[in-house]
Amino acid sequence: MLILDHLWIILALPLAGAAINGLLGKHWPQSRVNAVAIGSVTLAFVAVVELVREFSQLAPEQIPFVGNYFTWMLASPFRVDFALAVDQLTVVMLLTVSFVGMLIHIYSTGYMAHEGGYYRFFCYLNLFMFFMLTLVMATNLIVMFVGWEGVGLCSYLLIGFWFLKKSATDAGKKAFITTRIGDFGFTVGVLLVFATFQSIDFGTIFKSLAANPVSETTLTVICILLFTGAVGKSAQLPLYVWLPDAMEGPTPVSALIHAATMVTAGVYMVARMNPLFSRAPVAMLVVAIVGAVTAFYSATIGLVQTDIKKVLAYSTVSQLGYMFLACGVGSYATGIFHLMTHAFFKGLLFLAAGSVIHAMGGEQDMMKMGGLAKKIPATYWTMLIATLAIAGIPGFAGFFSKDEILEAAHSGPNANLILWLLGVAGAGLTSFYMFRLVFLTFFGAPRYDEHHVHVHESPKNMTIPLMILAFFSIFGGWFAAPHLVGGTDYFEHFLHPVFSAYAPQPAEQAAALAENPAAEGPALGLLHAVTGWPVIVAVLGLLVAWWLYIKNPEAPKRLAKSVHGLYALLLNKYYVDEIYAALIVRPLLWISTNVLWHGVDQGLIDGIVNGSAHIARLTGSRLRELQSGNTRSYAAWVLVGVVGFTVLLLALFVTGVH
Amino acid sequence: MTIPFLLFFVCGALAVVGAILLIAAREPVHSALALILVMVALAVLYLLLGAPFIAAVQIIVYAGAIMVLFVFVIMLLNAGVEERTDFSSIAKYVGLPLGFVLMLWAAHWLWHSEAAGAVGTTATIAAASSRDLSVELFRQYLFPFEATSILILIAILGALVLAKREE
Amino acid sequence: MSVIPVSYYLALSAVLFGLGVIAFVFKRNVITVFMSIELMLNAVNLAFVAFARAHNQLDGLVFVFFVIVVAAAEAAVGLALVIMLAQNRQSLSVERMDHLKL
Repeated sequence: MLILDHLWIILALPLAGAAINGLLGKHWPQSRVNAVAIGSVTLAFVAVVELVREFSQLAPEQIPFVGNYFTWMLASPFRVDFALAVDQLTVVMLLTVSFVGMLIHIYSTGYMAHEGGYYRFFCYLNLFMFFMLTLVMATNLIVMFVGWEGVGLCSYLLIGFWFLKKSATDAGKKAFITTRIGDFGFTVGVLLVFATFQSIDFGTIFKSLAANPVSETTLTVICILLFTGAVGKSAQLPLYVWLPDAMEGPTPVSALIHAATMVTAGVYMVARMNPLFSRAPVAMLVVAIVGAVTAFYSATIGLVQTDIKKVLAYSTVSQLGYMFLACGVGSYATGIFHLMTHAFFKGLLFLAAGSVIHAMGGEQDMMKMGGLAKKIPATYWTMLIATLAIAGIPGFAGFFSKDEILEAAHSGPNANLILWLLGVAGAGLTSFYMFRLVFLTFFGAPRYDEHHVHVHESPKNMTIPLMILAFFSIFGGWFAAPHLVGGTDYFEHFLHPVFSAYAPQPAEQAAALAENPAAEGPALGLLHAVTGWPVIVAVLGLLVAWWLYIKNPEAPKRLAKSVHGLYALLLNKYYVDEIYAALIVRPLLWISTNVLWHGVDQGLIDGIVNGSAHIARLTGSRLRELQSGNTRSYAAWVLVGVVGFTVLLLALFVTGVH
Repeated sequence: MTIPFLLFFVCGALAVVGAILLIAAREPVHSALALILVMVALAVLYLLLGAPFIAAVQIIVYAGAIMVLFVFVIMLLNAGVEERTDFSSIAKYVGLPLGFVLMLWAAHWLWHSEAAGAVGTTATIAAASSRDLSVELFRQYLFPFEATSILILIAILGALVLAKREE
Repeated sequence: MSVIPVSYYLALSAVLFGLGVIAFVFKRNVITVFMSIELMLNAVNLAFVAFARAHNQLDGLVFVFFVIVVAAAEAAVGLALVIMLAQNRQSLSVERMDHLKL
């Protein structure tokens, strides 16, 4: 049990990579930096694979497997151990994070080859892997929070990687501050958890919850507070505003952090805390509503964006909404499934977009692209596969996961038709704008000057990861195909212990939920799924995109003119940034400047400090007048002293004697 | 009224008068003479208190040497200038009242104190002879005595150094 | 031989001391100020002798002896200083001797 007994190795490898590259890598050749960075992440992945192998040999009672390394904080009864645990959910997350992370590291060696600060990039990237893995393997809320904050830090560092560019540093700050707002709610939630359960360890909390019921109000408040952290970190309404701006960072960063891993931390957290959420239906409803509304809302914004990365950013927000929708209706396993497939195809989409940008020499505006399909075939085909996946076209990974989410929303135990409608509408819009992206970028006549821009395919270290991810975008959903399409539902079964161990209903009912859809036969199930609404709207979206961008390229402009108001609203992202600036940012700045700075800092604190100095000087100058050089006044003062002293002595004497 | 009492009051009054004259006098020479009066009166009082040696020392050293020195210096510096006493405000409003207060209050308290008074009325009191004093001086207080002699030496040297004019 | 209560002497000593203080505070000529110091010392001497008589001990007298000696030394040095100051400042007024002023 090599890895299981030494779980910390998985964390130590990327951390060592970050340390070595960060401290020593400044003057190293790129090859050496690559070796350290990619070597550490690959070794971590190998360790994870070995971990999975060992895990599969564990008996059910040994799960979750906990490795307790040291007691970090002890202020009885508050106890935080630095402990790492592995259960089925952790295994899924570990595999996703380390695999996709490794591929993106390899890709980055090609993408960032001509950039300055090469070693710094990989140092941050490795550091991010360390924190993300910590988050995923944590056994208690505080260690998870360490990872949570750490990935936020790395996100800030990496978004503002080109720190000489003001828009990049602004975006980094925006990301950090916006997620901070969510983190505040999260922290209060953690405090409340501790107040309620006297522990922040997951195992202890869940066992305690199963044994002694806690008031639903308390649980609801806790869950909503924890969820605000997820809203910030996973870019849901209303704290999603940082994610589009985060596209200022290099594209591999967008792929890794803002598509595959960090933004999924919120979903992971909700899934991990499922015993609490399951017992707080109001909180679950909040999660589902936020998820569904965000999914639809950001899909609408994505419809008209022209920057290729911004479209993908809004798409990420939208897909995260789907994951939360899944968790909100009780289908945690589905949410995690979508998380995994999303990591594959969204990661691929971003990497391919990066390849396009690289091919176009830095151009990101889709309106200036066109007709690239023949010129960069590898990028084109992989991107097409990813688009088919995200649109939910049957046969690709995204179909299985998205379909299952919408199925759960439609007829699961906590079904809600309005949310289902939003989800379906969002799916249609997703399909539309994703194909719009593909058509604008790869089809049609080139809308750029072919003499100035020399389109070239990306090097192997960029295209190979694309192809690997494309493979998983197709087959990544097959092995976990849900019952409803005749699959073995392996994924749901695999994660079943995690989501039923502390479920509020008796375990039989939970098992029944998993088994029930098998009422239909496999073939019938497949037919049902393929002719279901999600597929219909996906194909519809494809057709509309084809009609608007291939058949009638002039149509979009006319359409935009005819619904000019709506078009402007969507193009300007519903003016949310402007609203936030006016409602929140400016008043805060005003308060900061006038009240806190002028009032408190300058007035009160400086006033006290300067005032005490002033008083000291004043006293000194008054006392100085005693030193007049006039001996007679000295004598007079001496006399005063003598008299006083004599009186005192006599008084003491008198009171002492009598 | 016995002789000692009469003598006490007369000499006491003389001392006080001398002190007041010292304050009131315009010229420093007059103040010096007033001080000499005080010292002589005090010498008599010492005699009354049975300390003849001290009385003698008072006259010889204090009135005879120190005051002479004072008068010398006054004359050397030609300090016959009229001097007005103008008071500093502290002295005027705090010093004078306080001085009076201290004086009178202490006097009153001491006059009516029992401890000192009781002792003073013992009948059998012998005068302290020079012999007794000398014995005391050279036995118990030998070290201070010798130190004092060195002190005088230092004083002489100091006075010499200070008053010497730069040649 | 003294049947005068010692407290009378102490009262007289207090009066003389107070007068000396007043003189010290109010006189302008530096030599006069010195003389007021001597007055104060004398008053204290009187008190010492009175106490020596009261407790029938010689220690008080010894102390008076030393006071007189020290007063002599002090007067010598002090007057030398006064001479210097007077030559420096061309004046014997205490108010002109404000060298200690900041």
